[in-house]
Amino acid sequence: MALLEVKDLKVRVEEREILHGLTLTVNEGEVHAIMGPNGSGKSTLSHVIAGKPGYEVTDGQILFKGEDLLEMAPEERAAKGVFLAFQYPVEIPGVATMNFLRTALNAQRKARGEDEYSTPDFLKKVREVSKSLNIPQDMLKRGVNVGFSGGEKKRNEVLQMALFEPSLCILDEMDSGLDIDALRIAADGVNALRSPKRAMVVITHYQRLLNYIVPDVVHVMSKGRVVKSGGKELALELEASGYTQFEAA
Amino acid sequence: MPAVQETVERVKRIDVDQYRYGFETLIESDKAPKGLSEETVKFISEKKNEPAWMLQWRLEAYRRWLTMTEPTWARVDYPKIDFQDLYYYSAPKPKKTISSLDEIDPEILKTYEKLGIPLREVAMLEGVEPKVGEEDPARRKIAVDAVFDSVSVATTFKAELKKAGVIFMPISEAIREHPELVQKYLGSVVPTSDNFYATLNSAVFSDGSFVYVPPGVRCPMELSTYFRINERNTGQFERTLIIADKGSYVSYLEGCTAPQRDENQLHAAVVELVAHDDAEIKYSTVQNWYPGNSEGKGGIYNFVTKRGDCRGDRSKISWTQVETGSAITWKYPSCILRGDNSSGEFYSIAISNGYQQVDSGTKMIHLGKNTSSRIISKGIAAGKSQNTYRGLVTAHRKATGARNFTACDSLLIGDKCGAHTVPYIEAKNSSATFEHEATTSKISEDVLFYCIQRGLSQEEAVGLVVNGFVKDVLQQLPMEFAVEAQKLISISLEGSVG
Repeated sequence: MALLEVKDLKVRVEEREILHGLTLTVNEGEVHAIMGPNGSGKSTLSHVIAGKPGYEVTDGQILFKGEDLLEMAPEERAAKGVFLAFQYPVEIPGVATMNFLRTALNAQRKARGEDEYSTPDFLKKVREVSKSLNIPQDMLKRGVNVGFSGGEKKRNEVLQMALFEPSLCILDEMDSGLDIDALRIAADGVNALRSPKRAMVVITHYQRLLNYIVPDVVHVMSKGRVVKSGGKELALELEASGYTQFEAA
Repeated sequence: MPAVQETVERVKRIDVDQYRYGFETLIESDKAPKGLSEETVKFISEKKNEPAWMLQWRLEAYRRWLTMTEPTWARVDYPKIDFQDLYYYSAPKPKKTISSLDEIDPEILKTYEKLGIPLREVAMLEGVEPKVGEEDPARRKIAVDAVFDSVSVATTFKAELKKAGVIFMPISEAIREHPELVQKYLGSVVPTSDNFYATLNSAVFSDGSFVYVPPGVRCPMELSTYFRINERNTGQFERTLIIADKGSYVSYLEGCTAPQRDENQLHAAVVELVAHDDAEIKYSTVQNWYPGNSEGKGGIYNFVTKRGDCRGDRSKISWTQVETGSAITWKYPSCILRGDNSSGEFYSIAISNGYQQVDSGTKMIHLGKNTSSRIISKGIAAGKSQNTYRGLVTAHRKATGARNFTACDSLLIGDKCGAHTVPYIEAKNSSATFEHEATTSKISEDVLFYCIQRGLSQEEAVGLVVNGFVKDVLQQLPMEFAVEAQKLISISLEGSVG
């Protein structure tokens, strides 16, 4: 079943059109990779899906589980199961990671009409998940991402992904700023979250990440459109020959 | 504890521009004639059954005040106050002398209920006289000296404090019952000639709290006073005097609210603290007076003089304040570090939203040897407000080895507000070590979006980020105040974004 349907999406930022009619369908259980050069509109797509302010949708639509996503407030999208793993996770001084996780999780549960987690249940869940991601407990006591290394920040994103159990995960340039070891840990965390009910959209410049998170479908983006889609071998092809051949006219 | 959730629910229950504490209590009151004259001063003194020396003290202050002009150096802007157009005294008419909470006007008690102040509850839960041995140390006790308008109408816990030898009573009572102490200390930290507003206060102060902690005594409970301005057009002139004798300790909490009004209300309090050798005073304030409406109309003018004197060696005075209300705030709780090895602290959160103007900070005056001070100031400006930190750190020639650390952080929300830092630093001897750090940042759209992407609403996100920003100061507050303050911070910033 289609989880995410982007139809002929046109998006402007300050009078300049960035996406010129983008179409993309992601089914439950699938992992899609979106590749493309700088400025092709990859991050814009992820921001528009998550509802970041500053983007104007001039045409087209985005359906999520059949509902009009563009009609929903960003926090509503989060509660419905849209998760964006940020390229540059922000730091929030003075707000302990543990407190942040709990506040966010309970906000989402409340929005869905579910009971808030009790303290012991929540702690148990966090411990389980953080252990599997190799995240030490003292890291959770520190301010959100404050003084975290690049790898720790990305692991913190994956930790949230595991806790919130979203049905759509968008990973924006997850490999940026990571060495091979850190990348492997983060990718293992992501792979553990693959499930028949959950879809992932992996945005990246490089094929390297796709060695660790192997996609079902690869899309090539250029100048605000998807110009080619194929299987995982398309990524290898790109790695060998570069983006030039796919550049939209 | 998911404080943010709670906060948001509270915020949602409040309609925009509906100040939660904006209600009036209908009770008869006893007013001085409008305007300020020697007659007014005499009227007040007479109402209070004051001894002659007190009236004399007031009159001297009044005569002095006539020669003074309003200070204009603060970064605040307001229409000129007509001091002859105010009432200087108003008291609820007591039906009879009050000996227990039950005898208090039910209207007044209801007001406290609306404010969420558990006066009755405290009295019931804790009882007036707890039995010896049954005391639960985990349950922190708070003694409330409730100030309603200008007269203290209820004082609880008197008995237990008495047992410890602590004197805690309305200052009007102390003037009659402990004249030797009042005469010795009143005006010894903030002299009657100190500044325009302090002098005005000295002439017309109506009531306030008096605390004396005898040598070696650790005050068995947190002392707390709730101020409330109720009478239309009545200036409120509180006078508080706290003395910690040698080796004693006391923690005093002050919280304030006022009802919604169109006319501006003047408030000019004076607080004096005296700490003798090895004594410690901790003074905490949560202030959320009416800040004015969304067009900047109304609101309290708050011109306060708060000063602590570390008179003895190794004494310590610590000010913690959370300022969220008032249209105008002019307030610099200060420490005079007179005793050798004495120390002063100032922890402040000042939040301004709407059209509020805050000019606040501290003075740390190092006079003794090896004195130290610490200033942590967090200013948050939102809406169209202006938020200024003004601080003075000075070391006298004889204050060798003086040390100060100052950190001033400002956070801006939106692009129509302003944050200003005006530090004055002077060292008159070469052994002083002064450190000053200052930062100004804007609440970032990226940070807010990150929180919102995780499921928080815009307001929840702002509340979370701001509470993180002020965490260092919140931690200085006694527990029960910290939770309240956290809620208050989020409520004050309601509607500040977007």
